[in-house]
Amino acid sequence: MASGVKPRVKVPKKAAAGETITIKTLISHKMESGQRKDKEGNIIPRSIINRFTCEFNGELVVDVTLEPAISTNPYFQFEANVPESGDFVFTWYDDDGSVYDTRKSIEVA
Amino acid sequence: MELSRRETLALGLGAAVLALVPFRANAAAEDAIAAFTGGADMADGGVTLTAPEIAENGNTVPIEVSAPGATSILIVAAGNPEPGVATFNFGPLAAEQAASTRIRLAGTQDVVAVAKMADSSFAKASATVKVTIGGCGG
Repeated sequence: MASGVKPRVKVPKKAAAGETITIKTLISHKMESGQRKDKEGNIIPRSIINRFTCEFNGELVVDVTLEPAISTNPYFQFEANVPESGDFVFTWYDDDGSVYDTRKSIEVA
Repeated sequence: MELSRRETLALGLGAAVLALVPFRANAAAEDAIAAFTGGADMADGGVTLTAPEIAENGNTVPIEVSAPGATSILIVAAGNPEPGVATFNFGPLAAEQAASTRIRLAGTQDVVAVAKMADSSFAKASATVKVTIGGCGG
């Protein structure tokens, strides 16, 4: 189990209808690649986040499959359309079965 | 063991072939791409892959992909021990089929982005990144 996993997401609080907004997400996670060795030469087992999704009011914005080549503290930036006010749901799926999620609401004027 | 002239030549030829294929991982990368495209032809253009020319630290190399009209984008780093990097699938609310992230690179190599378009054609772009310090630990 990776410890100290903390998702952080930046979404504007307000937007105009149909506007394109930029979303930035980061989650603190070691993303152990399974390639590194410890002092005794044993391979440190892989422990990464393997999937990230972002949904808005139940509709998919982006779904990312992550491999060990994604850096520590995986960061993503992408663009989304917001047709109406609602909630963004961000979900990260860990190799160990844990699921981390966070939501952000946005008001569309 | 004594080598005959023929065997020596064969060995030399084998070494030359190995030298032409710098990383065995290249084949793995091609397999990964083939699994994504199903062996379909890839057009050049239509995808933009932005990566630094020189990355000081292979542990975090910022990259950006953009492919207007794509449904998904596969990113492959041919010189890594495992070539797969990430696959982006875009949903109906994605305003642009673009994303940026940070990746690990084991050494100087080509990073390849393959986009699957809405009409299930494929497009490809690649960028060479020089890495000063590799990002695979060990």
